[in-house]
Order: sequence, then C-alpha cells, then structure tokens
Amino acid sequence: MLEHYLSLLMKAIFVENMALAFFLGMCTFLAVSKKVDTAIGLGVAVIVVQTITVPVNNLIYQYLLKEDALIWLGIEGTDLTFIGLICYIGVIAAMVQILEMVLDRYVPALYNALGIFLPLITVNCAILGGSLFMVERDYNFSESVVFGLGSGIGWALALTALAGIREKMKYADVPVGLRGLGLTFMITGLMAMAFMAFSGIQL
Amino acid sequence: MSKAKDVLLDPIFNKNPIGLQILGICSALAVTSKLETVLVMCLAVIFVLAGSNVSVSLIRRQVPDSIRIIVEITIIATLVIIVDQFLKAFAFGVSKQLSVFVGLIITNCIVLGRAEAFAMKNSPGMSLLDGIGNGLGYSVVLLLVGFFRELLGAGKLLGFTILPSTNDGGWYLPNGLMLLPPSAFFIIGLLIWALRSWKTEQVEEEN
Amino acid sequence: MSRDSTSKILSVALLLCLVCSILVSSAAVLLSDRQQRNKIEEKRKNILLAAGLYRAGEPIDALYQQVEQRIIDLQSGWFSDRFDPLDFDSRALVKDPELSRGIPDPLDLADIKRRSHYKDVYLVREGKQLQQLILPVHGKGLWSTMYGFISLADDLTTVRGFSFYEHGETPGLGGEIDNPNWKRQWQGKRIYGDNGELRIEIAKGTVDKSEPDAVYKADGLAGSTLTARGVGNLLKYWMGADGYQPFLERLKQQGLEP
Repeated sequence: MLEHYLSLLMKAIFVENMALAFFLGMCTFLAVSKKVDTAIGLGVAVIVVQTITVPVNNLIYQYLLKEDALIWLGIEGTDLTFIGLICYIGVIAAMVQILEMVLDRYVPALYNALGIFLPLITVNCAILGGSLFMVERDYNFSESVVFGLGSGIGWALALTALAGIREKMKYADVPVGLRGLGLTFMITGLMAMAFMAFSGIQL
Repeated sequence: MSKAKDVLLDPIFNKNPIGLQILGICSALAVTSKLETVLVMCLAVIFVLAGSNVSVSLIRRQVPDSIRIIVEITIIATLVIIVDQFLKAFAFGVSKQLSVFVGLIITNCIVLGRAEAFAMKNSPGMSLLDGIGNGLGYSVVLLLVGFFRELLGAGKLLGFTILPSTNDGGWYLPNGLMLLPPSAFFIIGLLIWALRSWKTEQVEEEN
Repeated sequence: MSRDSTSKILSVALLLCLVCSILVSSAAVLLSDRQQRNKIEEKRKNILLAAGLYRAGEPIDALYQQVEQRIIDLQSGWFSDRFDPLDFDSRALVKDPELSRGIPDPLDLADIKRRSHYKDVYLVREGKQLQQLILPVHGKGLWSTMYGFISLADDLTTVRGFSFYEHGETPGLGGEIDNPNWKRQWQGKRIYGDNGELRIEIAKGTVDKSEPDAVYKADGLAGSTLTARGVGNLLKYWMGADGYQPFLERLKQQGLEP
C-alpha cells in the first residue's frame, strides 16, 4: 500500500510534472522565475494550496457532484458533474482567501514572505488542473492528498530550477530579440525535454 | 472609429497577450500538436473572452469592489461550462482530445486579465472589440504553433496529408520531437524572437 | 445604497448566482440527450471499426443493427443475464469488491490491478451462425491505459480487426497504434495455436512474412518498444486463462446455443 502511494508521489513530482509535462501554471511560471528567492516563496505557497484544495475538491466531488453521489442524503439518480468547474474554482478562491487570513493572523512572517503570490495562485492553472486531473483519474481521498502534495512539489521544483538557470543566464550574451521572454521559453523547452527522461519509469 | 480599430487590432501584433504580456499560455500549449484542436480551442477562447468582457462591462457600475474578482470568475466559469457542454454535444471527437484543457480556460489569465484591466473601465461595445482582439492575438500565436507542429511532426494539416510520411510509404520522415510538448516552447521562443526583430520596441530591457 | 454596503454585496452575489445557475443548468439539461447519444455512438463506432463493419457516411445506428451485445461471466465462462446490456459498464464494476477481484501480480500481465467478473461482448451473426466475436480489452502502455476492441472470426482464433479507442500514448511514437497500416496487419493473425495454446506475440521490428510462425506475430512499433510490449501483454492477459480463453473454448465446443 505504502508502495502505491510512494509511486504516486514520485509520478506526480517527476513523470507527470504539472509545469513541464502539462504546461500548467505557465503564466506565473514564466513571470515569477527571475529570482530564486521569490521562486521558492511562490513554490511553497503553491504546495500548501495544492495540498489543501485537491483533497477538499475530492470530497466535494465524491459526496456532492459524482453520479449518485447524494445517496447518503437519500437522493438517488443525481449527476451534478457539469457544475464541477464552478465549484472547484470557488473552493480554490475561497481556500486562498482563507489561507491568506489565517497566515496573516498566526504566521505573519510567512504571510509577509509570500506577499502578493497568494492571491495570484487563484488563477494559477496548475491548481485547477490538479483538481481536474484528480477527477479525471478518479483518485480516492488519500490518493488525492498524495497527488496534491506531489504535483505541488513538482511545480515548485520546476519553478525553482528555472529561476536558478535564469539567474545564471544574466552572464550570457544573448541575441537582442531573444532576451527575456523568448529565451525563457527555450530554456523551459530544454527543461521539459530533460524531464521527459523520467517517462515510462515504473515505480 | 480609429479607436475602435486600435482596440481590435492592437492585441494582434503590437500588444500580443502571449508575446508581450506572458498571459494565457498555460492552457494553450498542450493542445497545439494538431491544428484541428487548436482551431476549436481558439474559437472557445474568443467566445469566452468576448462574452466575459461584455458581461463584466455591463454590470461594472453595479459590482461592489470587495467581491469583484469572484464575480468575474463566476461569469467566466459559467461561460466556460456552457462552451464545454456545447463541445460535448456538437464536437464530441474534439472535446475528448481537449479533455481538461477546455475547463482550464477559466484560469487562462487573458480572460481574467482583460475583464479586470479593460472591461471594468470601458463600455460594452469597446469591451467586446477588446475581447475579440485579444482572442485573435492569442489565436494567431496558437495557430502558428499548431501549423508548424502538425506539418513537421506528422506531415499533415488538419488531418490532410501534405508531406507523405515514410510510415505510409511516402518520403517525409516526420520529426517526432514536434509532436512532443517541448517543441511548443521552442516554436513560441522563435516566434517571439521574430516578432521582436520586426518590432524592436518590444525588446526587454536588461536588468 | 452605497456600492459596498453589505446588502448590496449580498444582493449582487445572489442575483449573479441565480443568473449563472439558470444558464449553466439549462445548457446542461438541454444538451444532455445529445451528449449521451454521442457517447453511445462513439462506442458503437469503435465496435464497428474493430469489426471492420464501419463505413464512413452511413448512419451508425443502422450499421450497428447487425451487432448484438451480450454479457459474459468470466468465472463461469458463459453468458450471463445478470445485467441489462444497455447500461452495463464494466469499468464501474471494477470498483465493486463483490463484482470484481484483484489480479495477483504474476498473472497481471496487462498491469490493470483489478478485473470485473463480467464483461460485455459483441456478436455479429447470420441466423445462428456466429460470424464475428468482438471483445473489449485494455491494459497499460507506456503512459496510459489503452482501451480497445479485438474482433475474432468464427473460428475464434483468427483476428478480424483490432483497434484502440482510448489511450494517451505519445503521438507519433506509441500513438502509432492508431496508424491504419499497423491496424491492418492484424487481420489474419492467429491468437491460438493448433492445440489451443496462446501463441500471439509482438515481434521486434517487422515480421518476416516467409517465417513459418509469421501468422502468430504482429509487427512492433518503431521507436516505442514499451507501448508495443503493452499491447502484446494485454492480449496475452485477456486472451489467456484469466481472461476470455475459458469462454472462447466453451463457445468453440458448444456453439452459441448450448
């Protein structure tokens, strides 16, 4: 059993990396990768939010939306999957807001460190993508916790690595038109290819 | 009239949402290995963008500031669900290939970005044009990427064989890399390079 | 009333929710029939494709008339009336511990972990004479679980058609399992040897047609050994003793009417 969860975790981090295999969360990925410090801050925030929202959305899916999910209320034959999207994004927006308030109240140091990155996470596709993949692959609750954690870590890892490379790139003499965004795309492409080496690994 | 034209056409080359503002790349890249899926994706995004811009603009004077973002997200999510349902009903094959990426239009930063930056401050008519313009700007980049990926990767365009591949007895040895996700990054990187060599004012300052 | 008063916030939020929910639910309700039909048609089309009965442009419903769906019990190796074929979903059964079981590791060639006791099979027949038998198969490729249908001729050994309808293999490499040429080479391959032993396998590279065993070997896929291996393994599992083999043997002996 433990083996199963471990393999799921490793798969979510490396093989099915949110950023480099599915291109999710690219906007923030490209925009907030100029410095390693900020990248780590955003990475931590994403891990936290992902680990909370995926399981919460899993519960919502299992007990409210899925076909015949309302059976515990004595209602049969319901299928509310079509309002899934709106529920998940609502949960994400609410969770981010709540997390912001909790951190502000109890861990002000972390709150200040994360700063503007917290609200940005609402529109980070990696978060919504995580919930949608969870539904598509039909994870159960404990699997969804592991998957949330793993996909968050994978995304944060990719972000930090890209920021590290970009810091070093400052010393390179790059053609003028390619500077900045163009080059960042190419680096990301090369990183994605490197991550493809993990493909097909069976754990 | 010229203002309307600017609002519509500016986002295509001068202020391209992907090329300059790094918006809306997330949901896009994974669906560009075939031109057909790209086309459907672009139409969906244009519809959602135009729709959300108009609706946000219509109610912009009524919406309290404190729940602004969630109102915008709700409107966008509603439109996306409608698009998703329509695709499942009328373009089932394509909708299966797009899978979760239709849903991810919700978090496409262009949509929320334009609602926030433009529709909250402008009239419905202008917002409509702005939505369509940005949708087109997004589509131009995506279509180019899809064009190169399908042509070089499979020797086809929209499913029709252009370069007969060796697997089917032709002469063209398809470049498998083009069908893999990373190629999209290289193509967009090159496109941005080309765009910035043409419009040099878009080159980023070194910092 | 100011724009940021509590009552204003509440009323705007409520109104918005109302409008959005009406829009969303009416779209979902109005279109659900069509979506349902699409799903059924898609499945039927895949069955017809595997059977080689699909002709583009002709209505699927009419073509599907010649196909008959039956449910079989893999444990008893015979037909079962326990489920209504129309809403049978073996993927859902796999979750039910009563109606499925885990596959012990050494047997689990297809890497699917669990198997339901019941499967849907599709018959094409003329009168009482079986012409084709179409069986659903699935198993792990490189990235994804691949779902497909294999169609057997009336001798229950010769392949009439084989195609996958759902997979997430790498386009251009493993995704070539969709290539029409690759699919076509399956026609005429034999699953079982003369004594009923399982013989089908996937060759490395292209099969040499002059080889005496060529009829038991299918071409591999260039550049995607793992996907091809997955296809071979899932066939070995589903055509083997834990899969359809007992049913096929009984059908061979008894014919359709016991």
